[in-house]
Amino acid sequence: MSTHAAEKRSFGAVLWDYLTTVDHKKIAVLYLIGGGFFFVLGGLEAMLIRIQLISPDNEFISAQFYNEVMTMHGTTMIFLAAMPLLFALMNAVVPLQIGARDVAFPFINALGFWLFAFGGILLNLSWFLGGAPDAGWTAYAPLSILSPHHGIDFYAVGLQISGFGTLMAGINFLVTIINMRAPGMTYMRMPLFTWTTFVASVLILFAFPPLTVGLFEMIFDRLFGANFFKPEMGGNVIIWEHLFWIFGHPEVYILVLPAFGIFSEIIPTFSKKRLFGYSSMVFATVLIAFLGFMVWAHHMFTVGLGPIANSIFAVATMAIAVPTGIKIFNWLLTMWGGNIRITTPMLYALGFIPSFTVGGMTGVMLAAAAADLQYHDSYFVVAHFHYVIVGGVVLGVLAGLTYWWPRMFGTMLDEKLGKWTFWIFFIGFHLTFFIQHFLGLMGMPRRYWKFLPNQGLDLGNLISTIGAVLMAVGAVMFVWNIIKTTVKGEKVSHDPWDGRTLEWAVPSPTPEYNFKQTPLVRGLDPLWVEKMEGNGKMIPAEPLGDIHMPNSSFLPFMMSLGLFIAGIGVIYQVDHKAWWIVAAIGFIITFGTMFLRSIKDDLGYHIHKEDLEDEGAGVK
Amino acid sequence: MKGWMGRFRALFLLSGLTLLLSGCGKPYLSALQPKGEGSEMLFNLMLLSIGIMIFVFLVVIIIYTYVVLKFRQKKGQEDYIPKQTEGSHLLETVWTVIPIILLLILAVPTVQYTFALSDTTPDEEVEDDALWIEVTAQQYWWHFNYKDLNIQTSQELYIPTDQRVYLELTSLDVIHSFWIPTISGKMDTNPIENKNQMWIHAYEEDVYWGKCAELCGPSHSLMDFKVVAVSPGEFEQWVEDMQNVNPDAEPETVAAQEGRELFQENSCAACHAVGSSPVAVGPNLTSFGDRTTVAGVLEYDKESIVNWLMDPEKYKPGNQMTKKYPELDEEEAEKIADYLMSLKPSDIGPDDAEDGDYIKAQKDEDNNDENTSENNNEENTEDQQ
Repeated sequence: MSTHAAEKRSFGAVLWDYLTTVDHKKIAVLYLIGGGFFFVLGGLEAMLIRIQLISPDNEFISAQFYNEVMTMHGTTMIFLAAMPLLFALMNAVVPLQIGARDVAFPFINALGFWLFAFGGILLNLSWFLGGAPDAGWTAYAPLSILSPHHGIDFYAVGLQISGFGTLMAGINFLVTIINMRAPGMTYMRMPLFTWTTFVASVLILFAFPPLTVGLFEMIFDRLFGANFFKPEMGGNVIIWEHLFWIFGHPEVYILVLPAFGIFSEIIPTFSKKRLFGYSSMVFATVLIAFLGFMVWAHHMFTVGLGPIANSIFAVATMAIAVPTGIKIFNWLLTMWGGNIRITTPMLYALGFIPSFTVGGMTGVMLAAAAADLQYHDSYFVVAHFHYVIVGGVVLGVLAGLTYWWPRMFGTMLDEKLGKWTFWIFFIGFHLTFFIQHFLGLMGMPRRYWKFLPNQGLDLGNLISTIGAVLMAVGAVMFVWNIIKTTVKGEKVSHDPWDGRTLEWAVPSPTPEYNFKQTPLVRGLDPLWVEKMEGNGKMIPAEPLGDIHMPNSSFLPFMMSLGLFIAGIGVIYQVDHKAWWIVAAIGFIITFGTMFLRSIKDDLGYHIHKEDLEDEGAGVK
Repeated sequence: MKGWMGRFRALFLLSGLTLLLSGCGKPYLSALQPKGEGSEMLFNLMLLSIGIMIFVFLVVIIIYTYVVLKFRQKKGQEDYIPKQTEGSHLLETVWTVIPIILLLILAVPTVQYTFALSDTTPDEEVEDDALWIEVTAQQYWWHFNYKDLNIQTSQELYIPTDQRVYLELTSLDVIHSFWIPTISGKMDTNPIENKNQMWIHAYEEDVYWGKCAELCGPSHSLMDFKVVAVSPGEFEQWVEDMQNVNPDAEPETVAAQEGRELFQENSCAACHAVGSSPVAVGPNLTSFGDRTTVAGVLEYDKESIVNWLMDPEKYKPGNQMTKKYPELDEEEAEKIADYLMSLKPSDIGPDDAEDGDYIKAQKDEDNNDENTSENNNEENTEDQQ
């Protein structure tokens, strides 16, 4: 009923609704649009890289532009595509999975999104304002400090702004999962996706502050004459590497743990079995996160930290293979004896297992500190982390989107097209990256603008580029599937996959308050428990009552916009002091709206019991 | 150190993996065709880790294939609900303990080799004779200072094949990374402080390709250098020749003489030294005539040198030479090229590394005089390899 009304609303009204929304389901859509946009952008950058490397001594793009493209590909994919797409799924699913009506801080949730969006836009504005950052996504000093144009400033300020958003999103999920679980949803009954979201949020909480510190030091060095990373002034360039990787390594787990969570939802659903070794899966997740903080220096084996440090970090890194292996075997044993339906999401999961195993294996090889002296900064490393990030995270996001699409939009992505998409993307992926292991060992360092003839690298690079084209075709097909499904608009039931967890217990489309009555959770896979008992739906834990809802707000948008403007002012004040005025305007907007938010009591509103009863007549 | 890892490698030879991998890439560039002590150790470690990993992968894939084929939904079984297994302590213990054992097997040689490769203290008996070279990286070239020999070169590093050569690495601008895949692993060159040390030891004579492995600017991919590994006798000869360089020697041809004057007039000499001189703004050109490449990446001929002199930016974007000297016309560039190509202070060049003639060091010769000819025969067989 309400959706029918929504369809008739004008474009402007819908736009305003999304600009001001604090509803986790709509914020999920915003994250999906934002992350999807940057994913396409990062993909285009990847294509430029692969076209440049299609043949030896190629002059398709210039060296400087190549460095910018390569830097922005990494930065965009990690910060602006992978993380937001995962946040989209977390926002869409986690509150539903734990039986909550929204996240703990809906306003902060919206603020987190807008900070990410404006940070990402600021970063990408650098393309039009004199050149993008060009020192790699790792921005090692002093190359980043010496970079003559403003690109690195956009990198530091843009990531700082979007990093605030990420930090807020992480804290928000932590509080939500700790405080807002439905009665009976104990920690050890939480679905694995909720668990991995929880653990990834802990990682965000501890990993982003070092990045924030590093970025601030970089901003001070570049814009305010500080000397943290200037060796000739007594600074130390190695400190940046440490700060970056103390953030950067947990970041890998921030990305991949939620992907593990997605597959841990999909595999039981389509095997019709509960997850094998649930408690060891939880334990493995926590252990990976814990160890993830103790291995950052394995990115720095060639820096010259000495054999003692290298050995310790090597062994610590190898240790991570144990909990990861536990996960792989638990997934396999979940399928063992099951009734496996090969749907598109399941196909992604089946593609993920061997791909990620390869990524994990090369990870152990890289962990062998001595051997890493050969692998380090070569295409072997490029192959390894793409196996982890594409084979793990991207397959996870595509699987999760296909799986939860009916939950998010009430429609079902085309299964046949979905399977074609999978195969093309999957084959393209292995074609692109498997050969790169060998390219690296054959002597091709990473971040190479061009490779020269007579080095035996021609064929491998050509194969890699052909694979990349297939991946691009796969990505386009996925987008086409979304468009096709949306235009068709064929609604499906609220539980099209025969789900096991709470998010499939609410009607479709999901009401803004999620659960009319908070459900009572009676075991792991609560919906499955009820199905087995013959109820088919959740038992309410409370009588029907008024539901308290938060008001929409435009303030998160304004706060983020303020920081965006201030960021531009701060970047350009080195050129002319007048830019301080712009910075001041930005800060006034941000702090002004914060002040406004503080003095204005926003008590939200109530949906009354009577209205809920009326609505209940129409919807199941 | 070699013991059981060596046996392990023999096992792999049987399985053919070594052969398969050593077919990869070019012999002067590929880490899979080790030609030095360090790279061979690392290759063994790689083989061990690949072996363990292939074993793990096979286990996963066998279970995976079985599960997907066996438990796929069959027609008419859509409503079948399998047993909801919670887990199995036995299985979970098995797949926790076995990986730990496998990792320990890998961790032991990893730690051994990590220490062995970073040990830059020469053996006591050769300590005083140990060859120490200071490597200095700059955008986008390499400088080599043979510390006790009073020799400085750029872009091409001459080393003898009979000993470990010890390196001290540093950078004058951003971080670079020194990598000769066929001889040894890489080591970063950090700016100013944080000097690193490593050793390299080439077993066979050849010209090996070295690369910069840390992003250092637009021409990062063009920051190549060469390692000319020659037999100890040839190295001694080279040292002697290089120590006796006369930078003021008059070139033989007229064009080269004019080139030398142009070299002075166009402020080339302000950045480029001829003769032993500390690291400067531009590469040392003492033995330019023996180079294998121009600017590290271009084919070595007069045309390349002329092209480079006329427009270095085209060949190495972002280099520090562009616009630092008056514009040259083609004639001038050709004369300078003639001069540069005439700089051949030593009879020893890249050809000697490639021709396979093994000449023993003087001191070994002396020792050998007392021995029988058996030893010489052994040396000869080595030569033929």
